Amino acid sequence: MHNSHEHEHEFKIPLGPQHPALKEPESFSIALKGEKILGVDIRLGYNHRGIEKACEERTFLQDVYLLERICGICSHSHSTAYVQAVEEIAGLAVPPRALYIRTLIGELERVHSHFLWLGVAGHEIGFDTLLMYTWRDREIVMDLLAQLTGNRVNYGINTIGGVRRDITPEQGKDILAGVATLEERTKYYIQIATEETTIVKRLSGVGIISKEDALRLGAVGPTARASGVDRDIRREDPYAAYAELDFDVITDDHCDVYGRTVVRLKELMESFKIIRQIVAKIPDGPIAVRAPRKIPAGEAFSRYEAPRGEDVHYVESNGGEKPERVKVRAPTLANVQTVKHMLKDRFLADMPIVVAAIDPCFSCTDRMVGVRHLDGGKKETMAWESLRSFSLGWHRARGFDVAIAEKKLHNLIKTQKSPA
Amino acid sequence: MSYEEDIRQDTIRQFDFLKDSFKVIRPRRLSAEVARDRFSEVFDFLVHREKFNTLCTITGTDEGDDLGFIYHLAREGGITLNLKTRAPKADPVIRTITAVFPGAEIYEREIVDLFGARVEGLRKGSRYPLTDDWPADEHPLRKDWKSEENK
Repeated sequence: MHNSHEHEHEFKIPLGPQHPALKEPESFSIALKGEKILGVDIRLGYNHRGIEKACEERTFLQDVYLLERICGICSHSHSTAYVQAVEEIAGLAVPPRALYIRTLIGELERVHSHFLWLGVAGHEIGFDTLLMYTWRDREIVMDLLAQLTGNRVNYGINTIGGVRRDITPEQGKDILAGVATLEERTKYYIQIATEETTIVKRLSGVGIISKEDALRLGAVGPTARASGVDRDIRREDPYAAYAELDFDVITDDHCDVYGRTVVRLKELMESFKIIRQIVAKIPDGPIAVRAPRKIPAGEAFSRYEAPRGEDVHYVESNGGEKPERVKVRAPTLANVQTVKHMLKDRFLADMPIVVAAIDPCFSCTDRMVGVRHLDGGKKETMAWESLRSFSLGWHRARGFDVAIAEKKLHNLIKTQKSPA
Repeated sequence: MSYEEDIRQDTIRQFDFLKDSFKVIRPRRLSAEVARDRFSEVFDFLVHREKFNTLCTITGTDEGDDLGFIYHLAREGGITLNLKTRAPKADPVIRTITAVFPGAEIYEREIVDLFGARVEGLRKGSRYPLTDDWPADEHPLRKDWKSEENK
């Protein structure tokens, strides 16, 4: 394997299963030639928990709580996608006020998710100041969610037939105040991301996927929209209150990590717009209709635009109290299949940000717990911290200095008028 | 006539045997069922002529003597079509659609693992989502498979 006459070696570097940036397990196996990635094999399934099977063994209502726990970040997405399907099968007319509340929680979830992502992306390129500020800002929306639903994650706001909690005018005021601060901060992040040359250069030309390939490989959400794919379930297959709300679908033509960053930042601005409309226009009325314990026989296919992209739920009832079948396809399962393509012929040092840029949630994707013991004798195994350090050092050696961006961000935040 | 009705008319004009099974459930929701031996031609027509250029996922089902396969297709305008087919458990074989939708690979592997289907033409690769040491004759999403607490 080791020929002293060759200075380029081909060797495989397994990464995982306890994967790096993403605090859930996943497994990448990389074929490397020198510094370039020849191929990537992805092994999923480490987090698979048998949730679809578990759904068949519980009532329709119990499954609301189970499915919400597929993921701590997109929990409302899964909960809503599911109840929509059940409500359609049962022919329930969900009250408009409930639809508005569902939409509100969904957009607050999108905000917290995108802020989380900004921090993670910053961390991957060594821009920890961005991580600190965005995760601090994210606390504003986490506090709002806790205030509205009782929980920071796994909100339990949905029931079959509507929602479980109403919102008050005072909460409406708090929401508007929170959104005002977040919007001001988001403008600073947009400035840094789009005007600070070091950051633009670092993110550009990395993780490229053309529009044709994004479509062909089934990319969804911001990952697809950053390659010019003009699709958003909220607009083309409207659910909840979206048909009555005014917002733009954000696309970008850069087809790279920079594009994915811009799309998420601009989507935040659209979310603030939507949230303000909801607070202003939310209709009066009841927040739920009664749902039967036994759901009539039938089936429904539900789609939801989660922060990471299209989330689909298919539900079939056999007329009983427990579903015949529940199928979930979370957005990351669609997007993870583009990663191989994005990494081909790229440098190993690009890997952390390219993977992070699809905003992966392996909890959404893998739902069975498996235990794999690492072979301690393997010399090629690289722990995450090592890969990240390697990546940071590699880019630093090629002139990437995050200090300028950090200083700029500090200065911008200092000029803010809103309270911290 | 709505787009959905247009699609239905186009399709049953091409495939008379779909007349009864092709349904417009509601705006943006279509459904059809096709026998395994006619699946390919109907699928190709829907993808290429009716522009269902997106595969959302594939759902496997346990239909008793058969395994069911629901291909959830989508296109512009948010219109989706659930295209169902079946294969007997005694011969649970379908053909891969990865030539048309490379992303289908993971959904096909999932059905292989969880239902015990066989997908012809699927290239070699890691299984998903089960572990490598999972017993060969156990297919968790079949109705006769019980989780530990339910045995």
